[in-house]
Amino acid sequence: MSIRERLSGNEAAATAMKQINPDVVAAFPITPSTEIPQYFSTFVSNGQVDTEFVAVESEHSAMSACIGAEAAGARAMTATSANGLSLMWEMIYIASSLRLPIVMSLVNRAVSGPLNIHNDHSDAMGVRDAGWIMLFSENNQEAYDNLVMAHRIAEHKDVLLPLMVCQDGFITSHSIENIELIEDEKVKEFVGKYHPEHYLLNDKEPIAVGPLDLQAYLFEHKKQQADAMRRAKKVILEVAEDFEKMTGRKYSFFEEYKMEDAEVVVVCMNSTAGTAKAEVDRLREEGVKAGLVKVRCFRPFPAEEIAKALQNAKAIAVLDKSDSLNGAGGALFEDVVSAMYTENIHVPTLSYVYGIGGRDTTTKDIGTVYSDLLDVAKTGNVGNPYRYLGVREGK
Amino acid sequence: MNDLIEIRWHGRGGQGAKTASLLLADAAFNTGKYIQGFPEYGPERMGAPIVAYNRISNNPITIHSNIYEPDFVVVVDDTLLDCVDVTAGLKESGAIVINSTKTNEELSEKLKNYGGAVYKIDARGISIEALGKYFPNTPMLAAIVKVSGIMTDEEFLNDMVGSFKHKFAKKPEVIEGNMKALEMALAQVEKVK
Repeated sequence: MSIRERLSGNEAAATAMKQINPDVVAAFPITPSTEIPQYFSTFVSNGQVDTEFVAVESEHSAMSACIGAEAAGARAMTATSANGLSLMWEMIYIASSLRLPIVMSLVNRAVSGPLNIHNDHSDAMGVRDAGWIMLFSENNQEAYDNLVMAHRIAEHKDVLLPLMVCQDGFITSHSIENIELIEDEKVKEFVGKYHPEHYLLNDKEPIAVGPLDLQAYLFEHKKQQADAMRRAKKVILEVAEDFEKMTGRKYSFFEEYKMEDAEVVVVCMNSTAGTAKAEVDRLREEGVKAGLVKVRCFRPFPAEEIAKALQNAKAIAVLDKSDSLNGAGGALFEDVVSAMYTENIHVPTLSYVYGIGGRDTTTKDIGTVYSDLLDVAKTGNVGNPYRYLGVREGK
Repeated sequence: MNDLIEIRWHGRGGQGAKTASLLLADAAFNTGKYIQGFPEYGPERMGAPIVAYNRISNNPITIHSNIYEPDFVVVVDDTLLDCVDVTAGLKESGAIVINSTKTNEELSEKLKNYGGAVYKIDARGISIEALGKYFPNTPMLAAIVKVSGIMTDEEFLNDMVGSFKHKFAKKPEVIEGNMKALEMALAQVEKVK
């Protein structure tokens, strides 16, 4: 029996970390993820976990401490947001290239500047090419579930890559909502013990970690990272299958909501997907064949699968909560359209940048996107594909 | 299906409107509901206007946005009536509950553009009498439970005594006063129009 509770997204993430009971947590506080290490340090001082909590002086040091701990053979976790992730940036790449399966809870927030503490996905998009597995979460439940699944994916011998679980800052991190928790013993059994194959504290096998790697081998090592990311897809599905056996909750690369006969489709990530579901329900009552694809697994990107899921749509809108400032579309839009092009699927597709710096996104806003899509589906005329949702235009 | 109740709280920083919204979420959760309780975060300063929200339903809630067309509005400080449009988007089928000692005529005049029900309660008087201090959020919590009918008085009081025992585990002497404040508020909330 699961445990019916009500927790904020940050409480949910901290609870998952408590149940995982990692060897090391190193973190530095930053809004809106501050509560995660705050709650976790309480668990440490209350003796509810055996974790070595390292209260570092910066996020660069937080990631460095996680790298040191994982390289030594320990299981390490951290949490951060926005500029905290920016300060980790150098070490983010080192963590993945050293194939250290660190798990991070990333509470998404706009990266400065100017200074803004509210939600968008610019922090996550800044590290989308850093070689981390990236899972996105609609609500507190998914932020919790994704963390429970994280180590099984990251530490798998075919993968060995760090993993971040994203959720929307304030919108889910600070909202109290219902959640179904899993019993401590079941989480412990599901996550399992960490048995690294190669690690610094193994005196039977002296190794060096992170030495110079020039023209002769770096390319091959990068190719191995890319191969591991491709192999992660199979592991992500296997772990999701086991998780469903334990909880009844089904996860995949993405969730297809009312997609069976959908003609107008929105693709998005995190909390906006929930708001979009409510709008899809309303439109369905009006007889509109609306559907939604909520991307959970952004890295590795499930290119073939997502293209296939979208092939029967008449018009698609991809919503990015981060502007790539590239004179074209957002990051998720580019991944979706290149996936479709590569699979020889051609459906009119619009890019919408929305919700920047915490701009609220309502069911009515999502409704205007479906309304645009109905026009495109009817006329076949895309017009300007690079659009914005909810921004005030200057005169 | 469409049983969603949406509530917007207006208060001033330090009065406990956010805490009250979380306590309401807790109480509704404990009667088996699906709930959301969340504040609108801004630059937080003591005394500045703040807003918090609740969604309560018998079904899972997926919407993650602020609330623009609430069923109910709670105003924890009646000085906000002069500087915040507290009835913005408030459904005429709903109601507004105000912590105020103003006369019914004064309140009706201030809210003349709102066609729905208006309730008032002297949360200050109740709080001072029951607790000896001014904590308006406890009486306001009871007032909105009464006006919205989210749960029965009995369900609410039974749940709150449990919550207070947990919350005030280290100061059990305040539990009785808080329960008294809730009971007084349930009895004293008054319809203005």
